Amino acid sequence: METVLAFVIGGLFAAGLYMMLRRSLVKLLIGFGLLSNAVNLLIFTAAQLIRARSPIIPEGEVALRGPYADPLPQALILTAIVISFSVTAFAVGLAYRAYGAIGTDNLDKIGETEIS
Amino acid sequence: MKDFWLILPIAVPMTAAILALLAYRSRAGQRLISVIGASILLLADIILLAQVLRHGILASQMGNWPAPYGITLVVDEFSAIMLLLTGLIGFAVVLYSLINIDAARESHGYHSLFHFLLMGVSGSFLTGDLFNLYVWFEVMLVASFVLMALGGERAQMAGAIKYVTLNLISSILFLTALGILYGLAGTLNMADLGSKFAEIAATQPIGVMRTLATLFIIAFGIKAATFPLFFWLPASYHTPPVAVSALFAGLLTKVGVYALIRVFTLIFVHDTGYTHTLILIIAGLTMITGVLGAVSQNEFRRILSFHIISQIGYEIMGLGLFSPLALAASIYFIAHHITAKTNLFLVSGAVQRLHHTLDLRVLGGMYRARADLAMLFLIPAMSLAGLPPLSGFFAKLGLVQAGLLQKQYLIVIVALAVSLLTLLSMAKIWNEAFWKDKEGSPDPTSHGAVSLRSYIVPIGLLAGITLAIGFAAGPIFALAQRAADQLANPSMYIGIVLHKG
Repeated sequence: METVLAFVIGGLFAAGLYMMLRRSLVKLLIGFGLLSNAVNLLIFTAAQLIRARSPIIPEGEVALRGPYADPLPQALILTAIVISFSVTAFAVGLAYRAYGAIGTDNLDKIGETEIS
Repeated sequence: MKDFWLILPIAVPMTAAILALLAYRSRAGQRLISVIGASILLLADIILLAQVLRHGILASQMGNWPAPYGITLVVDEFSAIMLLLTGLIGFAVVLYSLINIDAARESHGYHSLFHFLLMGVSGSFLTGDLFNLYVWFEVMLVASFVLMALGGERAQMAGAIKYVTLNLISSILFLTALGILYGLAGTLNMADLGSKFAEIAATQPIGVMRTLATLFIIAFGIKAATFPLFFWLPASYHTPPVAVSALFAGLLTKVGVYALIRVFTLIFVHDTGYTHTLILIIAGLTMITGVLGAVSQNEFRRILSFHIISQIGYEIMGLGLFSPLALAASIYFIAHHITAKTNLFLVSGAVQRLHHTLDLRVLGGMYRARADLAMLFLIPAMSLAGLPPLSGFFAKLGLVQAGLLQKQYLIVIVALAVSLLTLLSMAKIWNEAFWKDKEGSPDPTSHGAVSLRSYIVPIGLLAGITLAIGFAAGPIFALAQRAADQLANPSMYIGIVLHKG
């Protein structure tokens, strides 16, 4: 399972970076979305994939009995998803306004507006 | 009571930001809240530094979850110094914003964003957990994204896209590194990592550890604008209003430098032959490319932007040398650079107010028109170039001394050569904007009519602090040395976080 996910993550990273290197502003955003998903999967995989009990202490006991699934990576991913969601929302808004102000979504043309 | 002081640098700007949002109808109300908030933050940061100096490292566990399970807030002397500088820059720039920021930006939430940014920066300096550091980075970044784009001018939009994209990539790389680190160590608490990371590293293949360390160097390197990852900075910092540039120039890249120093003195210290040599090489190249970029520019703020990059090189040079003296010199350098560079940006705003441009080819005659402003420019500019007895001289002296002691002659030569080139480009601004006569200007004295009094107050405040850092170099360097000793011997930091919760 880890091997499969490793290839999926690698593929997502490659596709995301490729999209970010394209000229279109919209593709930049799509690339960013792919990259954030790749990272979330990476955290999930790096923290071991095991089929095990949920990390809840059974009634009448005082400690967890292993093996149990580590809950922390899921909390990390959840936080990362929320952050990337809001950042993406901002970036879409920015891209729209930038398109309005500059009049093109071609990233090469945007570079030319720089004052030297 | 100690916990109370510890939480204030986050709580005060948060409260100010929310109150400013609630007062969105009243521009005067927002301005008042903003100034009061920044003053209280400065006071709180001063008290926190005094507490740390008296009681040693302070740590607090949020929600009473003992470390390493909960989120730890911890402040040692290095953090406390950074927090005090944050409070100081926040206070000076907020005074400056009152006159530099136009009414439209103010009523669209400028002051609220300003304080959210300060909250993110303070949080980054306070946290003792790497994932929490990522969250504070995002708080800071989102606030800075909006400040960068607020106003929606064409150049701002073009700058904002570059700024946002590269910072998002940096966040992604940071998160990737965190995922791998968690997979290896099972914890992200910095003190916990510091105590057991060397053992874990010994059991792993060296390639994995080096890849991980390099990921951190790249992620923080983008934020700190080191070679070859700095391109977003000169492409964006000259586009927003001057107050925003000044705030960014003072604080944002320093958060990246802080994260580099923290992670590479506490966690990645088992393989210094690779990591710290790499950092030293990056430091040298950052200095050179930054200063060469500056020499080729003709716009006031773009010259200053490139100088941020070359000065970042000095700051991480101390980390690369990795001795207590070198770290102390880095900390002193950061304090010097934050005040001097913010101040230079503030001066550029006053110049812009008079001439409505920052193109050095057009500017001129400022010395004849406004000798007071010219003198206030000279103090941070000469300090940046490293002329004695100003603060930059002692900062560079410390770094050069540390380099000579470790027989790293190449980096010392680079540091000294870059220092000369810095003087050259500061002299260029002086010659072009202040000294030469303005072409086609009918009457240079007519500038005297424009009142700059409100600009002079924050500029004078920061110039005074630059002078103080220079003239009181002895005691301030001793303070930096104490902070560096804490960084070089992390056992106290680890002990306080893990056992006192």
